[in-house]
Amino acid sequence: MSYRHNDSGRLIDRSQTLTFTFDGKTFTGHPGDTLASALLAGDRMLVGRSFKYHRPRGIVASGVEEPNALVNMGHGNRMEPNQRATTTELFDGLTAVSQNRWPTLDSDIGAMNAAIARFLPAGFYYKTFLWPRAFWKNVYEPFIRQSAGLGRAPTEADPDSYEHFHVHTDVLVVGGGVAGLAAAKAAAATGLKVLVLEQTHYWGGRTPVDGGKIDGMPAQEWIDATVAELEAMRNVTLRTRTMGAGVYDHGYALGYERLTDHAPDAEGPRHRLWRIRARQIVTATGAIERPLAFAGNDVPGVMLASAMRDYLVNWGVVPGQRIVVATNNDDGYRTAIVLKKAGLDVLRILDAREAGGGALMQEARDLGLRIDCGRGIGKVSGGKRVKKVQICVTTGTGGAMEALDCDAVAMAGGWSPVVHLWSHCGGKLVWDDAQAHFRPDPAKAPTGADGLPFVTTAGSASGPMALGSVLQDGAAAGTRAAKAAGGKGRAPKVPVAEDVEEAAMLPVWQMPARAEYRLKSKSWLDFQNDVKVSDVELAAREGFESVEHTKRYTTLGMATDQGKLSNINGLAVLAGALQKPIPQVGTTTFRPPYTPISIGAIGGSARGDIFQPVRMTPMHAWHDVHGADWEPVGQWRRPYAYPQQGEKVEEAVQREVTNTRDNVGLLDASTLGKILVRGPDAGRFLDMLYTNMMSTLKVGRCRYGLMCSENGFLIDDGVVARVGEDAWLCHTTTGGADRIHAHMEEWLQTEWWDWKVHVANLTEQYAQIAVVGPKARQLLESLGGMDLSAETLPFMAWADGELGGIGVRVYRISFSGELSFEIAVRAGQGLALWEKLVEAGKAFGVMPYGTEALHIMRAEKGFIMIGDETDGTVIPQDLGLDWAISKKKTDYLGKRAQERSHMTDPTRWKLVGLETEDGSVLPDGAYAVGRGKNANGQLVTQGRVTSSYHSPTLGRGIAMGLVLHGPDRMGEVLEFPGTDDKVYRAKIVNPVFFDPEGAKQNV
Amino acid sequence: MSEIASVTALNGARYDGIVEVAEMPLQGMITLRGKLGAAPVKNAAIGIGGVDMPDDGMISVQGDRAIAWMSPDELLIFCAYDEVGVALTAMERTLDGSFAMAVDVSDARAMFRLEGAAVRDVLAKLTPADMSVQGCPPGRMRRTRLAQVAAAIWLTGETTAHIVCFRSVAPYVFGLLSTAAQPGSDVGYY
Repeated sequence: MSYRHNDSGRLIDRSQTLTFTFDGKTFTGHPGDTLASALLAGDRMLVGRSFKYHRPRGIVASGVEEPNALVNMGHGNRMEPNQRATTTELFDGLTAVSQNRWPTLDSDIGAMNAAIARFLPAGFYYKTFLWPRAFWKNVYEPFIRQSAGLGRAPTEADPDSYEHFHVHTDVLVVGGGVAGLAAAKAAAATGLKVLVLEQTHYWGGRTPVDGGKIDGMPAQEWIDATVAELEAMRNVTLRTRTMGAGVYDHGYALGYERLTDHAPDAEGPRHRLWRIRARQIVTATGAIERPLAFAGNDVPGVMLASAMRDYLVNWGVVPGQRIVVATNNDDGYRTAIVLKKAGLDVLRILDAREAGGGALMQEARDLGLRIDCGRGIGKVSGGKRVKKVQICVTTGTGGAMEALDCDAVAMAGGWSPVVHLWSHCGGKLVWDDAQAHFRPDPAKAPTGADGLPFVTTAGSASGPMALGSVLQDGAAAGTRAAKAAGGKGRAPKVPVAEDVEEAAMLPVWQMPARAEYRLKSKSWLDFQNDVKVSDVELAAREGFESVEHTKRYTTLGMATDQGKLSNINGLAVLAGALQKPIPQVGTTTFRPPYTPISIGAIGGSARGDIFQPVRMTPMHAWHDVHGADWEPVGQWRRPYAYPQQGEKVEEAVQREVTNTRDNVGLLDASTLGKILVRGPDAGRFLDMLYTNMMSTLKVGRCRYGLMCSENGFLIDDGVVARVGEDAWLCHTTTGGADRIHAHMEEWLQTEWWDWKVHVANLTEQYAQIAVVGPKARQLLESLGGMDLSAETLPFMAWADGELGGIGVRVYRISFSGELSFEIAVRAGQGLALWEKLVEAGKAFGVMPYGTEALHIMRAEKGFIMIGDETDGTVIPQDLGLDWAISKKKTDYLGKRAQERSHMTDPTRWKLVGLETEDGSVLPDGAYAVGRGKNANGQLVTQGRVTSSYHSPTLGRGIAMGLVLHGPDRMGEVLEFPGTDDKVYRAKIVNPVFFDPEGAKQNV
Repeated sequence: MSEIASVTALNGARYDGIVEVAEMPLQGMITLRGKLGAAPVKNAAIGIGGVDMPDDGMISVQGDRAIAWMSPDELLIFCAYDEVGVALTAMERTLDGSFAMAVDVSDARAMFRLEGAAVRDVLAKLTPADMSVQGCPPGRMRRTRLAQVAAAIWLTGETTAHIVCFRSVAPYVFGLLSTAAQPGSDVGYY
């Protein structure tokens, strides 16, 4: 049984007790516990089921590398799947539920997958779900979806908040173990800014567990002193519970801070994503111990040797009382020694090496422990916990020499540096034969914009595992990084530690070396995804020689732990099967984040009201109060219509059109772009930008203009007003304001840099209100302040003045065919003027109208709309806008392009009006079909609908479209098949449906 | 000037969290474009009275008047809202005959002030700009972004920050600042 052993446990506070539940059962723990240590303390050995075979699984590690102990945490809107018990700090009231089991963890139906395990080898899905094809959708996919995924997805919105934090620092140190602290100290001594991130809530990493003296003091004392020293330095920032998640180009790195996971009732954001720009990055990320691949290495109670001593030293917890230790290196002895000294029964140390180890072996022997050299584990038996170990010869096939009853097994397979962050941005690895691991190759570091390295590794992340060399490497890394970041000054004294002489380790990738198939098929490499030695060997036999292909074929390393335990063992087995050296097989790619980070942290504060910026006009709140049905236009929200009580949106639109045509309507046109173009060369500049002449426009007058790209295609349109001798105000479409402003700046800065023109985007300086309809002039005159008669202010003129005491500029322009005034007013007075117009307009039957009414009225008049009639492939000539193209100008943007053969091709589809025979509304975007089929066997098309509405003015459907030879085919009837299986018949007509003489606007 | 009073985008909205967020009252703002080294442009700028030309990337402030460097050919001049008309007329006179442009942008903007010890931390949650004392000393005019929109920020001391953004996104920026200042969200970095 696992239990809280003695009075040890350096991280826990035994004076307080916390209560939590696992699968509904109540457990207790102490502050400082992880969920994993507290579960072990409560004899909860079985904590989950494996993904594929639903094998019973226990806790195998003590940190981020844990593959098995994943739980659904919390409930309701705070439920979160796949939470790692080993990195979950215990809090009072925690609730956790095990995953991937049904109906319960102890009696799981899915476990029968294990009984048919021999039928579920690598590539099973690929081989099985090939045929029949008809089964893909209705049989295989539901089956795969049913069994996919470990935890359950949350069903409610997350109530917590998250945020980002941007930091610029000179040196970023990832990892607060002794190497990271030594590096930070060395870098900080130069006075540079240093930021140190540590993923756990304590400093010093695993050194206090492993023991040793630094600068003559016990490790913990040195750690405390160093942290205190760093904390006192103004140029150093230390953050715990913050994991270095990823390293990216140009010294950019992400840190993942977990603020309230351990204290869910605290206020403030739950996670904070640190977005760090560092000149230099030191990755002091430590190393992870490898498991040994023997049969039954996944039975609960089999644990990494280092984890077993972590649990004892940090939390006073042991997974059993009679323990067998299997090792291929000296470090495994540390666990045996710690256990023995704590009074536990270490039954046997099985050292895979014929010659055994060095000083640590001697120490173990002196403690009276029995050591068998050249021996290993043939098989572990037991279902939900370890019962028995069969001992075998390491070099053999697995024949049992002896069986030992025991309740826990510690496995020590050697250490692999955590190279993830080094590798994220291109750092290369080199194979270290002596330690049988990949370590960073300092000659091939990730490089920055200057071609120089910006990442350096420190401590065991560099390769050395002994305390003394770890400290030395850490300090050197700190000095190196500081120097590269521009730091000056002498490096502080390097901390020293005396190392125990260790004997060479022996690489063991399968235990025993010549294991029979029945053992290999129970020797786990990837615990979470159920990949065994036999699966990797099968992949090799089937031709998957690339480690990346093998990974995907077998799913090795593809689980939420991303192969932290399985990577090296898996590729070593692959190398063995391919009979290639390990470095030739290589590793899979390491990608950020180092461990999964919350989606909430990635999104930061961008949720709810501030998910995206919503641009609001000065009258936005009024529209909202008056029932606006909103339409997004760029980042703006514009009223689509203002439905009244009991009115449908479509009905409101029709009413708004009719009222505007009969009385007077108000439109909030503030979103239209307003760009001031000024300077001695402004006229010349606008003549180049617009297809027609703007330089000849008289001050006080307005002209409609078209803008094309250099490829000739229409990009924007609007009314230009000449507001001064050297100044023009260009109106753009709502969506075009920023784009056209940038377009102007680009031409001025890159091509015509010597032209004397300034532009300013004044879009938001003015609110703009369109007052439209036969009673528009009466309404404005009722406010009083300026003469708006047809004589003083004719069509396409503007004037400055006052209306109702508010300073305004009135443009007499019309996009509806009605008598129409667009009134520009300071944004701060926009609402005041709008409200005056509403109030005074009551006598004239004024009503606000939205964008849809605007669209219908312009379509009734045959006015084009950028984005409806144009789509980036349409030129002005397609739309019959030749009148707006100057023939006199030698040049304008798009002119040359419009002369090319494809642009002058008479078969280009041209704009026409379309009227259905029965008055119905044509489907928007529908295509007119011609006779026969094209080379692809599709119906030939000869036109398409670009705008289509029901016109309340005409009482019928109206549409515009681009049609082959359209203007020459007036009266012809086209057929438009709809997606509703109906065929719509429409006649080609003039696109101006209403008041073609313009009588209404010229009053 | 008209008799009807102008209003700001948010009517002086406020939020009290780890810093105090306040929308500022109406502020006169004039964009001045031209060759910044040229005498008429300099004279037009300092003509608002009492404020020196700022160095590149800086803002000089004197009461409710200020001159901010916006780009190699652009200044933003701050003055009282109801003095804009007078100031513009004076500038036009000074600039007469030179290639330069002065234009009123007061209503196109919203302004916020942050007060409190954590102003640098709060801003660093939203802007990728370096908010350290070295990166953004008081007087530095920093054109940057706050989350997803453009903004300009500057400090007039260690506990006071100012923000200018476009008027249409004032509710968004106020939402950003209030969220970044929510209780319990201290970073304690700067």
